[in-house]
Amino acid sequence: MHYDLQPLILTFQLAVVVTAILFVLGLPLAYWIAFSQNRFKYVVESLVSMPLVLPPTVIGFYLLITFSPQYFLGHFLQSYLGIRVVFSFTGLVIGSVLFSLPFMVNPIKAGLQNFPMSLMEASYVLGKSPWETLRRVILPNIKPALLTGIVMAFAHTIGEFGVVLMIGGNIPGQTRLASIAIYNEVEALNYDTAGLYALILVLISFFTLLIFYYLNRKTVKIF
Amino acid sequence: MIKLRIKNEMHTPQGKEWLDLDLSIAKGEFITLFGQSGAGKTTFLRILAGLTQPQEGFIEVDGEIWFDSQKRINLPIQQRKTGFIFQENCLFPHMTVRENLEYACADKKEQGSIEEWIVAMGLKGLEGQKPDKISGGQKQRVALIRALISRPKILLLDEPLSDLDMNARLKLQDEIIRVYQKTRITTVLVSHDLAEVFRLSKKVFVIERGKITKSGSPSEVFVNNDLSGKFKFTGEIIEIQKDGVLNILTLSIGNNITKVVASDEEMSGLTIGSRVIVAAKAFNPIILKA
Repeated sequence: MHYDLQPLILTFQLAVVVTAILFVLGLPLAYWIAFSQNRFKYVVESLVSMPLVLPPTVIGFYLLITFSPQYFLGHFLQSYLGIRVVFSFTGLVIGSVLFSLPFMVNPIKAGLQNFPMSLMEASYVLGKSPWETLRRVILPNIKPALLTGIVMAFAHTIGEFGVVLMIGGNIPGQTRLASIAIYNEVEALNYDTAGLYALILVLISFFTLLIFYYLNRKTVKIF
Repeated sequence: MIKLRIKNEMHTPQGKEWLDLDLSIAKGEFITLFGQSGAGKTTFLRILAGLTQPQEGFIEVDGEIWFDSQKRINLPIQQRKTGFIFQENCLFPHMTVRENLEYACADKKEQGSIEEWIVAMGLKGLEGQKPDKISGGQKQRVALIRALISRPKILLLDEPLSDLDMNARLKLQDEIIRVYQKTRITTVLVSHDLAEVFRLSKKVFVIERGKITKSGSPSEVFVNNDLSGKFKFTGEIIEIQKDGVLNILTLSIGNNITKVVASDEEMSGLTIGSRVIVAAKAFNPIILKA
């Protein structure tokens, strides 16, 4: 049985990068959705949750079109900035960030919305800015929601298939993720190798969730 | 000196009401706002602290304009320097008593005074505890220090004693009186407990359905002066029994339940929940050593 650790390492790298980007992006977005009075926030909220209901191939298809060098944005990125998005790691990152966005934003949003308004007000009255209140009062109290967002985004990125196949393709060492490698091996009738990759993914996912639920055991589950 | 004139729409169970207030509070005065729930008392405090923005009006504190709807001035909450004690306890649950107090301090000098406050308020030994490990009365004492430690211009108390039992309540009332006498900070207390109003403040504003209906000293406002009673108690009717030509009222006065007899004439306009004054006159009471 031949096997290659490359797809697993690549998957892990992608999940780490995507989770980090999503945390930085998701926190302000969740804060805005949770507390904004803007009537367009429902539009944003719906857009964020779209990946939950759409087939991954739909998002992958639009990304492929958007970033294809034949069209404006892809052309611009490639010829002026030298960035190639389709069939590259960058493309995988962009696709996965979009596709895992609700898994990061929704738990954090729920955590913020359930946070008692009175504690925020108590902090404001003490002269503290919204930023300081977020940092020193809100975030320490919504750790379970933050952890949920991080773990769900991470686990979901590991499990992604449709979007990454559409935009990334199947280039060994560059875009061939574990989920794609399994598909590849099955097509080549290498059931042993496919089975090994599958088992490793099952174990990683299971233990990630196990540790998460154990750490979060005392708090209310959002997912 | 606080000068305030505000109008704000309130949504009450009885429908829309206008909170329409025009009052001034002298510097260093301790006033209470008395009224039923939904009368607009809490909204008034929130507007003063900047937590709620009134539809129109004007607020000036010590010559500084905090709010002016015409000039579109609205000083942010953070810059108003008010001390606010909320009805429900608002200590930060992830911080210890000491950390809660440190959070409120603007500088090292204020942090230096934490120890003194902790001792003065009888909280020594509890500095390292999280709020869920201390009693309701202790929590409100921490909240009181937290509100005062950075020397606010106004102290706003939103029924801070309502969730406490009688002992803790009396103790905290003492603390509030003591702190007020020491600091002479302009204080606005919201309450619907008459005993508290009499005990704590020299001036009371009665607020009903968003409007001030009476103001003055508690005895001017609540005691009917054409009655030359020797004993006067204020209480609430909790039961009315009809017995022949008489009515037997069960009253809750302070911590006691008592029954008194009332004629049909006296009964007019009284229902369960009405606040009444019970006065005795023209008799000599028996006094026994307790």
